[in-house]
Amino acid sequence: METVELSAAQKKSRRSRNMALGLVLAGLVALFYVVTLIKFGGGVVH
Amino acid sequence: MALINNHEAVGMDGAQRLSEASARDYFELLKPRVMSLVIFTAFVGLVLAPGQINPIIGFIAILCIAVGAGASGALNMWYDADIDAVMSRTAKRPIPAGKVLPQEALAFGLTLSAFSVTILGLAVNWLAAGLLAFTIFFYVVIYTMWLKRSTPQNIVIGGAAGAFPPMIGWACVSGGVSVESIVLFLIIFLWTPAHFWALALFKMGDYEAVGVPMMPNVCGEATTKKQIVVYALLTALSGVCPSLLGFASLGYGAFATAMGLGFIWYSLGVLRMESDDKRMVPAKKLFAFSIIYLFAIFSALLVDHVVVEMWHIAGGTI
Repeated sequence: METVELSAAQKKSRRSRNMALGLVLAGLVALFYVVTLIKFGGGVVH
Repeated sequence: MALINNHEAVGMDGAQRLSEASARDYFELLKPRVMSLVIFTAFVGLVLAPGQINPIIGFIAILCIAVGAGASGALNMWYDADIDAVMSRTAKRPIPAGKVLPQEALAFGLTLSAFSVTILGLAVNWLAAGLLAFTIFFYVVIYTMWLKRSTPQNIVIGGAAGAFPPMIGWACVSGGVSVESIVLFLIIFLWTPAHFWALALFKMGDYEAVGVPMMPNVCGEATTKKQIVVYALLTALSGVCPSLLGFASLGYGAFATAMGLGFIWYSLGVLRMESDDKRMVPAKKLFAFSIIYLFAIFSALLVDHVVVEMWHIAGGTI
């Protein structure tokens, strides 16, 4: 194993990718939540 | 500071290969401009289809179709990175520009393909998901890997991939494939050759440099120009079909006829173009008009459908 110091550009791009991935994951959670509600309707409570 | 394996950080030349790709570079892999056409035509297919769909499920359906189309764009860029680097039109794409590594684009495309097809199947229906999976397979394997580099008919057959989205949108609502959705497919399918060959005429040097057998390079300009006119005629005829088959009004039919005549007019301009014409303005005009044509035809189908629906609703309440 070696240690590598990330450059400012690499840190910035990594942050940008992480933000986008976070948003996509949050979107997926919301999507599955909404689809479940629509598909099962009130039955989801039972 | 990051802990990483040596071979991941350092390339053959000893230089660091850590990614500097931003989220925007990954978005570019999805071919957003192509995706906008896919979203629009799929939406029209979804609205025109008989039946009802929950608006949120409808939105998810369009999202899945868009992501699936984007995924096939990423896989296309992964496979075509070698020729993209040479052609002026594509040299700035994320892989040839060195922003995204080919294997990253491959993983990105495969992941999005799997997610878009699975979610479309779970949330909407499996026929639509199957059609989306087939579209991705057709674009990546049949067109990109096989036809594109082997035959001048590449975009004629490969054009089917771009023609599927309205059919998928239709299948999302109706759960099936019908004559109407096949007509929507045909409009785009028959439109593609004239659209791409107009581009291939004024980008002939690019395609020649990378050895992609586009029609103008293999069969010559004269043959290409004649075939452009033939496909423009077929596109104009297919554009009127929704009216002839009764799922669009006569008003739409008149509009589609006028747009079709425009398409034929511009294609005749290309036919009259001198063989030593370097600027190729008629080909550029046809290329621009072909994009307007497709947006106009599908917009007209959408407006026509909404107006007829509203008229029926108003008629029912009076």
